[in-house]
Amino acid sequence: MELTSILLKIVFAVLMIVVVMTMAGYSVLIERKVSSWVQGRVGPNRTAPFLVNYIPFIGPLLVRMGIFQPMADGLKFLFKEEITPGHVNKTYYFLAPILALVPALTTMVVIPFGQYTDPSTGASNPLMLAPLDIGILFIFAVSSLGVYGIVLAGWSSNNKYSFLGAIRSSAQMISYELSLGLSVFPLFLWLNAPGVEGGLGLNAVVDYQQNFWFIFVQPLSALLFLVAIFAETNRLPFDMAESETDLVGGFHTEYGCFKFGIFFVAEYAHIVIGSALFTLLFLGGWHFLPGLSDPWPAGWIGAVLSTIWFLVKTVILIVFFVLIRWTLPRFRYDQVMKLGWTILLPLAIGNLILNAIIIALIDSQ
Amino acid sequence: MDVLFIIFAVLTVVPALLMVVSRNPVNGAMFMIISFVGMAALFVLLEAFLLAILQVLVYAGAIMVLFLFIIMLLDMDEVEKIKPGTVTSIASGISLALIIVGVAVLLGSDGLAGQSVAHLAAAPDFPSADNPMGLALSAKAYGFGLFTKYMLPFQLTGVLLLVSMIGVIIISKKRETSQGQEQS
Repeated sequence: MELTSILLKIVFAVLMIVVVMTMAGYSVLIERKVSSWVQGRVGPNRTAPFLVNYIPFIGPLLVRMGIFQPMADGLKFLFKEEITPGHVNKTYYFLAPILALVPALTTMVVIPFGQYTDPSTGASNPLMLAPLDIGILFIFAVSSLGVYGIVLAGWSSNNKYSFLGAIRSSAQMISYELSLGLSVFPLFLWLNAPGVEGGLGLNAVVDYQQNFWFIFVQPLSALLFLVAIFAETNRLPFDMAESETDLVGGFHTEYGCFKFGIFFVAEYAHIVIGSALFTLLFLGGWHFLPGLSDPWPAGWIGAVLSTIWFLVKTVILIVFFVLIRWTLPRFRYDQVMKLGWTILLPLAIGNLILNAIIIALIDSQ
Repeated sequence: MDVLFIIFAVLTVVPALLMVVSRNPVNGAMFMIISFVGMAALFVLLEAFLLAILQVLVYAGAIMVLFLFIIMLLDMDEVEKIKPGTVTSIASGISLALIIVGVAVLLGSDGLAGQSVAHLAAAPDFPSADNPMGLALSAKAYGFGLFTKYMLPFQLTGVLLLVSMIGVIIISKKRETSQGQEQS
């Protein structure tokens, strides 16, 4: 019994890694397709494993959509020549990509992705790997470790461009972590307001949004969180770490082949996790639409449907991430710092205090 | 559970030792991070999840990043050449002896097997308190205790941190105005 439960947990964990990694791989495809659409190009439309082209109608359609492109990209990273520059600090040079990927994959442990309603009792449970009481803090803690991958990569590469990229990105991540944390605190204040037993878990946030979504009640929090998560994932308006025009490639200038691939996948895994987090916190998770009761039937069909609905929301957000990248130009570095410290942080603190006062006023009546 | 405890205890103590003896400051900082994460794992084994997460969030995630940030701006070859002076060696030797004596006194006559230390560590409150608060691990209970019974220690710690912060700002600030006054 003990062994079975442990084995089951391992199977679930591996399944979740497979899903997140696949989504990260296909986010790259989304990126390439959306960018080509924005720029009036076609995008990847040739990659086809043997015989797929001979399947009538469906085969060529899939090829034109570029469905097989991520596999080709992955194989390309695997088969490239493994080059290690002579002037690097070997230990940290090899450790850095792993340190970048591991936190991105660890955060998903506490992310709930659907709900299972027991047909006989009617009780509904969230589907997640670890139902931790303090899920949101866990995510902040683990994702704050991700910066070591970038810092060590930049330092161990022993290259001015890499080092500048690493310094910039760590300064940026430290600055925006504050706004990121403070922007979601009002949500949890409401969740733990007098008379409500919420806790700090992510499934509690989703349960609370049964009838309304937080994005409509707390639009400022949502905006602050979105900006901060863009900065934390190093996406384009904020991609100081790898701004090609002034830093060649930033912290991964000296990285090639599979090691670069790991950094690449880690970035997209961050985007997937960030989108999932935004969905859970502000878009009601797997709840159908604001104001409507969930149409998910009891049992496993409902569980699958709610998971699919959650994934649909997440994918829409990933497309939004990509669209922003191809729409907005890059900030200058001093602008990024100014935005973080003089606009986002005071706004987040003010929002937190305002919500605290409102809750106190309601409580005192 | 014992196996896990031994693994994480080793993961906490050995990197802490390596941090002290390593010549390269970057290695030292990395060992310190490993030690912090190991300590967080020990907190998890005690089911103090909030403490574990705060340990990672504050120490490993924020403070050590700043440490590493500064260390990487140093010139490594110069730093590694620095040898500790005689006074420093003697002072550290005396401190080590004092710590060993202190721990021995704390353990008492019956050594590590003694119940007094275990009792002290497991007590949920000040040993001398009249009405001890029950041991609670949820975040809400923690916050409640912090803002009611332990308000004074909490506030004093905050003031201490504020004082040290102001001190750091004053020390690290360039004294341009005073020099300007002297010149004029």
